[in-house]
Amino acid sequence: MSNERLTVVGGGLVGSAIAYGAARRGISVRVLDQGDTAFRASRGNFGLIWVSSKGGGMMRYARWTRDAARLWPELHEELLALTGVDTGLQQTGGFWLGFSEKEVQARAELLEKIDKGAGGIPYRMMEPAELRQYLPGLGPAVVGGSFGAHDGQVNPLMLLRALHAGLKKRGAEIISGVDVVDVRHQADSGQFSILSRDGQRWSSDRLVLAAGLGIPALAEKVGLYAPVITTRGQVLITERLKPFLHYPTNKARQTREGSVQIGSTSEDVGFDDRTTTDKIEWLAHRAVATFPALKAARLVRAWGALRPLTLDGYPIYQRSESCPGAFVAICHSGVTLAAAHAFVIGPWMAGLTQPPPDFEVFRSDRFLDPNASFSHDH
Amino acid sequence: MTTDSLFRLSNLAEGATVTIDFEGQAMEVPEGISVAAALLACGARDFRSSVVGDQPRAPYCMMGVCFECLVEIDGVPARQSCLIPVRGGMCIKRQSGAPALDIEDEGEGHE
Repeated sequence: MSNERLTVVGGGLVGSAIAYGAARRGISVRVLDQGDTAFRASRGNFGLIWVSSKGGGMMRYARWTRDAARLWPELHEELLALTGVDTGLQQTGGFWLGFSEKEVQARAELLEKIDKGAGGIPYRMMEPAELRQYLPGLGPAVVGGSFGAHDGQVNPLMLLRALHAGLKKRGAEIISGVDVVDVRHQADSGQFSILSRDGQRWSSDRLVLAAGLGIPALAEKVGLYAPVITTRGQVLITERLKPFLHYPTNKARQTREGSVQIGSTSEDVGFDDRTTTDKIEWLAHRAVATFPALKAARLVRAWGALRPLTLDGYPIYQRSESCPGAFVAICHSGVTLAAAHAFVIGPWMAGLTQPPPDFEVFRSDRFLDPNASFSHDH
Repeated sequence: MTTDSLFRLSNLAEGATVTIDFEGQAMEVPEGISVAAALLACGARDFRSSVVGDQPRAPYCMMGVCFECLVEIDGVPARQSCLIPVRGGMCIKRQSGAPALDIEDEGEGHE
């Protein structure tokens, strides 16, 4: 068993899942968490476990997402048994709903491409009459949809709480309210030195940077190029309602407690996590077009949250060549990928296992090609 | 449904009153106060049952934040009784769990 200490910078869903995955394998783990003053994507997440349509431009990502969803029940059961915290996992399959024949056609082509390319991501296109068998109350604006059997939902707040509780149970140290401003690699000792804004210092054998939007400035200090952009997602929450929506959809989902979550926008507005009247209105219109009965529901909250994203929307998982023992993990889907981060990425970044096969595609070198241009689906 | 009130209205003797109905019981209450205040003053303690645990609930914050005081008013479910002034003839019922949507309503323009 290794006596090495691993320090994870970032205590959101990505950092906590990786840290948990190392701690459950016996590694001595420390998590440095900025806390809820951070642009905490984990707190604004829509809560979908979503495989359908992911990875159209990178089949390795489609397979990674598919495999991550398959690992979810094991993570849920383990955290429940260890901590008593229920993540609320429901893997019933989920629906994408389209408002035009054109987008339904594009959807069918994308899902076929992904299922052929990655394998094992079955889907089913449905006409409105068939959709209504699963989603009663669907409005006339919906002209078609798709069903993905691997899709599902969780409560992201409970997931974060379960991971933090699980870390403590596994003996990890979580230090909150820490704004890490510098990381250094001491070439002679091989140790990393970590400094916070308020002058605290830590030393560590290994370092994982999983601080979302805070990553780029820290990554370059340990020889890692990690460009990050943001998207803002605005979400509406209704009062609690009797259960009527038994499957998650891309436009709304009903939580186990009864609230309907309506989402979400995807806006490129920099570091601005406010809500705006025009987007709230657009979301409400779209939700009522999808499920007309929602017009009688009262909204109790709206929020905006920033989520980190790379230029092509796919993750960066990478180890530093110049500073051995340093790693970076950036992704947009901290919920969907949580179990893979715990069971696969955690042991790898802790030095216990090799990286998964064909993982070079997730290196950030892909952004260094001066002739490449990037776009993402978010 | 009601019992001895834990609350006393300081100005009960003054001013106009209106009559409201809570679960079939007529109550004469001062004009202008909130539904929640009126019901509490008349001894109501069980305003609603909770959504997940089906437990009795009563107002907590009295300022529109906690959503514990939900009742049905004149047929409209889940209204925040601490934010709504009493009106003569109001028919108020306990809110039982979460309100249900009428999902058979498929919207305008659907033939």
